[in-house]
Amino acid sequence: MKSDIILAGVGGQGILSIAAVVGMAALENHLYLKQAEVHGMSQRGGAVQSHLRISEQEIASDLIPEGSADLIISVEPMESLRYLPWLSENGWLVTNTTPFVNISDYPDMKELLAEIEKLPHQIALNADEMARQVKSPRSSNMIMLGAASPFLDVPYQSLENGIKKIFGRKGERVVQLNIEALTAGRDFSEAHKK
Amino acid sequence: MEKLLLLGAEAIAQGAIDGGMSGVYAYPGTPSTEITEYIQHNKIALERKLHSQWSANEKTAMEAGLGMSYAGKRTMICMKHVGLNVAADAFINSAITGVNGGLVVTVADDPSMHSSQNEQDSRFFGKFAMIPILEPANQQEAYDMAYEAFELSEKLKIPVMIRITTRLSHSRAGVETRPLKNENKLTYPEDPIQFVLLPSNARKRYKGLLGLQSLMEQESERSSFNTFYPARNKSLGIIACGIAFNYLMENYQDRKFTNPVLQLGQYPLPFAKVEKLVSECEQVLVLEDGYPLVEEMLKGYLDKNSKIKGRLDGTIPRDGELNPDIVAKALGKEVKVGMKVPDIVANRPPELCSGCSHRDIYNALNETMLEFGKQKVFSDIGCYTLGALPPWNSINSCVDMGASITMAKGAADAGVHPAIAVIGDSTFTHSGMTALLDAVVENTPITVIISDNGTTGMTGGQASHATGRLEEICIGLGVKPDHVKVLTPLPKFHDEMVKVLREEMLYEGVSVIIPRRECIVQMVAKNKKDQKAKVEEVAQ
Repeated sequence: MKSDIILAGVGGQGILSIAAVVGMAALENHLYLKQAEVHGMSQRGGAVQSHLRISEQEIASDLIPEGSADLIISVEPMESLRYLPWLSENGWLVTNTTPFVNISDYPDMKELLAEIEKLPHQIALNADEMARQVKSPRSSNMIMLGAASPFLDVPYQSLENGIKKIFGRKGERVVQLNIEALTAGRDFSEAHKK
Repeated sequence: MEKLLLLGAEAIAQGAIDGGMSGVYAYPGTPSTEITEYIQHNKIALERKLHSQWSANEKTAMEAGLGMSYAGKRTMICMKHVGLNVAADAFINSAITGVNGGLVVTVADDPSMHSSQNEQDSRFFGKFAMIPILEPANQQEAYDMAYEAFELSEKLKIPVMIRITTRLSHSRAGVETRPLKNENKLTYPEDPIQFVLLPSNARKRYKGLLGLQSLMEQESERSSFNTFYPARNKSLGIIACGIAFNYLMENYQDRKFTNPVLQLGQYPLPFAKVEKLVSECEQVLVLEDGYPLVEEMLKGYLDKNSKIKGRLDGTIPRDGELNPDIVAKALGKEVKVGMKVPDIVANRPPELCSGCSHRDIYNALNETMLEFGKQKVFSDIGCYTLGALPPWNSINSCVDMGASITMAKGAADAGVHPAIAVIGDSTFTHSGMTALLDAVVENTPITVIISDNGTTGMTGGQASHATGRLEEICIGLGVKPDHVKVLTPLPKFHDEMVKVLREEMLYEGVSVIIPRRECIVQMVAKNKKDQKAKVEEVAQ
């Protein structure tokens, strides 16, 4: 078993928290993990991505080769397309549809969604709106992780346990809200995956 | 032993702590910052009271580290590749003085320039200093090398360099730790004049360093970090340095090499192992992240050994970091081509944070410069360098730490008026103070804007040495108190800022303008912390 995942977004959108939860889940299942992330200048509102690899076998490269990622999880719609060269033929793209507009030439939303819909295996959801519905506006990244969870080779319960470990310091309420967000994302994908 | 999930940078920090280090000296710089930050928050480091405060710059860090080693304790000094240029004088000389307590210089290079001005390869500096270099392939080796490097340093009585690159520094994986060693006791160098580099003594020490070279080679020859993997197919042999070994392995299923491979993790080159590979293979591919150091050494200058393949003959691109696909192509393997990025995807460069004080000073500066003309603003390295990009386009230079003030001085000497320097508070104390002194000595008509956000913002908010002492430093260096002006960079004070900028630009001498407002990222983080503390207080 192996999952090669690209996490995509804009600096400050919380993709490293997604990586941390998946990392905890991988540890719990005694899987190998490598996760390459972006620090420094790019984090100031720039495009950021993380290569996350989990496997039963020891992992060689910190970077995923082109055309071989099983999954792209993006917390922003345009950023989901930036890493298409890495996605494998059978890979899934799971993306938030709420745009993060901090550039003047941000593309037209309709065109963006049309590009995403062209892909054979994709889930697009408005995670920001869903996060508001579960009364946890800052948990849209956990909605996205939940939405990606059916395509991840780790038990769902381990992701919940990961949330407990990562957010435990912030109190029971924060943990509960993030787990609710995870569940909401999960339910959406189960209903929409073809 | 315990298994931890660590970034490569953190693995080095943990290895150094477990290896009995007594202190780290560093100036923050991506991708090296996380080494020191990890030590600052590590439980054992706190219990042992290991030194881990930031230094003013890489040179002071290197010298302080050398002082700690002089006293017999184990020390690590950390920086990014361009920081080693700043520390180079002390670094090269430390190989001549030699060390007492183990001294390890960890340098993080940035091939592909993810957040740097150049790609320079620090292995050249290690070779230049003629000291051993360790180059880990993965997080476990990063830990192991940091753990073992102090002993190697103490055995040879010479500094040791650890070289990593961005990719390893900022990638996380499981790391097994080893038993915690005791710190060294205070001792003094055996040779009382060893650290005095008077020419007569330096010549003796230099001969000693040269005499040590064969011993370093022997260490390298038997090092477990230099491994020869024999295989049958001798049409191509492969030398893989540091992290390049991972990209190589990615291309062999089940880790079974079909070709002979030499994994290189310790320099100077292990002569016998290299010779075995080169002599038994028809061609040799050199994989190294950074510059073609090993490739150049093997190829020679006039000989131009055509059986050596790598960055110099185009088998590997000359610039940029390696990855599994580049290595696969060099091996002649088929490479998957992924989907294209749709044309509508726009670039998203980094930008100044919303609410950042640098924005307000650039707005005021831009308006002021309408009167004085373009291309007269020299800037420096920090968040404010992003002022070079739209919508501001406010600055015209960024070369190295501190260069803004000295470049403005040189331009003023050439007749540019007004000549303006924009520098951050941390960069000012890193390398701007001596530059300001140069201008003061000649009363050169320049306007220095020290955009003071009270932190080292770009690298994540480390303490700035300037905090609380900026005006005193400037006045102490000789700037006239009437021409040290503090502003509050907020939109509501825009007109006032333009007025002060204009006045000081017209002044025919050195003026310093300090727009001061806390970094917005730090402020938000602090507010969150305060709020949490309040909630906890109520809960109790």
